Amino acid sequence: MSSAKKQRASARPVRVLIAKPGLDSHDRGAKVVARALRDAGMEVIYTGLRQTPEQIVETAVQEDVDVIGLSILSGAHMTWVPRVIELMKEKGIFGEVLLLVGGIIPEDDAKALKEMGVDEIFGPGTPTDEIIKYIRDNVRRG
Amino acid sequence: MKVEEIVRGVLRGEKRAIARAISIIEDGLPEAKAILSALEPHTGRAYVIGITGATGAGKSTLIHKLIQAYRRKGLKVGVVAVDPTSPFTGGAFLGDRVRMQDLALDEGVFIRSMATRGSLGGISDATGGAVKVLDAAGFDIILVETVGAGQLDIAVAGIAHTVVLVLAPGLGDDIQAIKAGIMEIADIFVVNMADRPNADRMVVDLMSVLEVSPFNPSDWRPPIVKTVALTGEGIEELVEQIEKHRAYLAKRGMRPSEKKVRTLLLEALRRAVVSDILPMITKSAKFDAAVQMVVKGQVSIDAGAELLLSSIKQALREME
Ligand SMILES: Nc1nc2c(ncn2[C@@H]2O[C@H](COP(=O)(O)OP(=O)(O)O)[C@@H](O)[C@H]2O)c(=O)[nH]1
Ligand SMILES: [Mg+2]
Repeated sequence: MSSAKKQRASARPVRVLIAKPGLDSHDRGAKVVARALRDAGMEVIYTGLRQTPEQIVETAVQEDVDVIGLSILSGAHMTWVPRVIELMKEKGIFGEVLLLVGGIIPEDDAKALKEMGVDEIFGPGTPTDEIIKYIRDNVRRG
Repeated sequence: MKVEEIVRGVLRGEKRAIARAISIIEDGLPEAKAILSALEPHTGRAYVIGITGATGAGKSTLIHKLIQAYRRKGLKVGVVAVDPTSPFTGGAFLGDRVRMQDLALDEGVFIRSMATRGSLGGISDATGGAVKVLDAAGFDIILVETVGAGQLDIAVAGIAHTVVLVLAPGLGDDIQAIKAGIMEIADIFVVNMADRPNADRMVVDLMSVLEVSPFNPSDWRPPIVKTVALTGEGIEELVEQIEKHRAYLAKRGMRPSEKKVRTLLLEALRRAVVSDILPMITKSAKFDAAVQMVVKGQVSIDAGAELLLSSIKQALREME
C-alpha cells in the first residue's frame, strides 16, 4: 500500500480553478475546457457563473490551486483581469499560481494583459490539447 | 512555506496556511506528519457533521443552508466536499462549491474541495487530516460532504460525530434498496426535496423500515427531517436534531455507538480481507493447484474455493 501511495503522491494532480467572472450567461466553453483538463488527469474546481474577482481569488487560495483559468466572453476582460491580478498580489499568490485567460481578446489588449502578469491567453477554439500541454509545461509547483 | 510557518498560520486561522496544510496532507508529503502532530494538541474542539447520500440528493445545497444557519449562531464553519477521482485518468471534476460560492468571501467560512484519489468509502484518506487542520484553525462546525456512491459511503462515520443521510424522492432512492451499512451509520435521516411529490410517501416508507430495526432503549433513535434545501425549509429543525444528537453523544462521553463501530469495523475488515488476505491465497501454489483441479473437472469452482479456504477456517477455529 505504501508504495502505491508514494507513487500517487509524486504524481500529484495539478489543481485548476476554472472561473467565469462577470455577467456572461452561459458557461459551455468553460465546461468543455474543465472536462478536457479533468480527462487529462487534473483536478478541476468549478465555481459556476458570475464570479467576482474577490470570490475567484479567495477560492484559489482556499483550494490551493496551481492554475486559475478565467473564461471571459463578454469583452470585459480589461475590467476583470487587472482586478484579479491585483487581488492575487494582495493574497500573495501572484507569480506562484499560473493565470490563464480564455476568450476573444484583441491583440493590443492581449499584450497589455501579458505585461500585467497574465501567463497565457487562449482564443476561442484553441485545441484543448494545447491548453493541457501549456499547463503541464508551465505549472510552477510539482 | 516552512512547517513551523504553516502551523503558526493554521493556528491563527490564516486561510492560505490552512489551504497549504491540507494540500501537504493530501499529497502525502513528508511534512504532513510533523504538521499533524503539531496541530494535534489544538484539535478536539470542533463538531464534525458528515453529509452523505446519493449524487443529486441535494447534499451541497443543504450544506449551503447549514453554513448560513450556523453562521447566524455566530459559529465558524469549515467544509470539506469530496468528489470521485476517475480511476482511468486520475482527474476529477470538483463541482460542489457551485452551490456554496456566495459564501466564499465570508471570513468565518472555509470551503475545500477534495478528490478521492483512489480511496474507497466515500471520502479520501486525507479527509480526516483536513478536518483536523480546520479543527485546529478554530472552526466550530465542520461539514464533510461524501462522494455519494451509496452503500460504500460509510467511512465518514469514522470522522464525523453526527452523520446525516440525505435522501430524495424520484432518484431511484427506493428505501428498500438502501443497504444495511449506510442505514446503520445514519444518525439523522433527511428527506430532501420535500417540495416534490412522493416525499411524504418516502417518509412513511422510511418510518416503517426504522420501526422494525432493532434498538436498545438507551440507543439514539434516528429522527427523520423533511427539508427543501433550495429554500431552507426544515433546516432549523435539522440543526435542532443535530444539537440533540450532540447532547446525546456528550452524555456518553462522545463515544460512538456500538452499532456504528460494528459497521465500520466490518467494512474495514472486508477491505482488509480483499486487499491483504485474498492476494495471499491467489499467489499461493495451492491456488494454481486448485485452478488445475477445476480445469480437469475434478472439482467444481465452489468446491475449489472451499478447498482453499478450509485451512484458513481451521486456523480461525483454533484461535477461538
Ligand atoms: N426541487 C428541489 N430541488 C433541489 C432541492 N435541493 C437541491 N435541489 C436541486 O437538486 C440538484 C442537486 O443538488 P446538489 O446539492 O448538487 O446535490 P448533491 O449532488 O447531493 O450535492 C440541484 O440542481 C439543486 O438545485 C430541493 O429541496 N428541492
Ligand atoms: Mg454535491
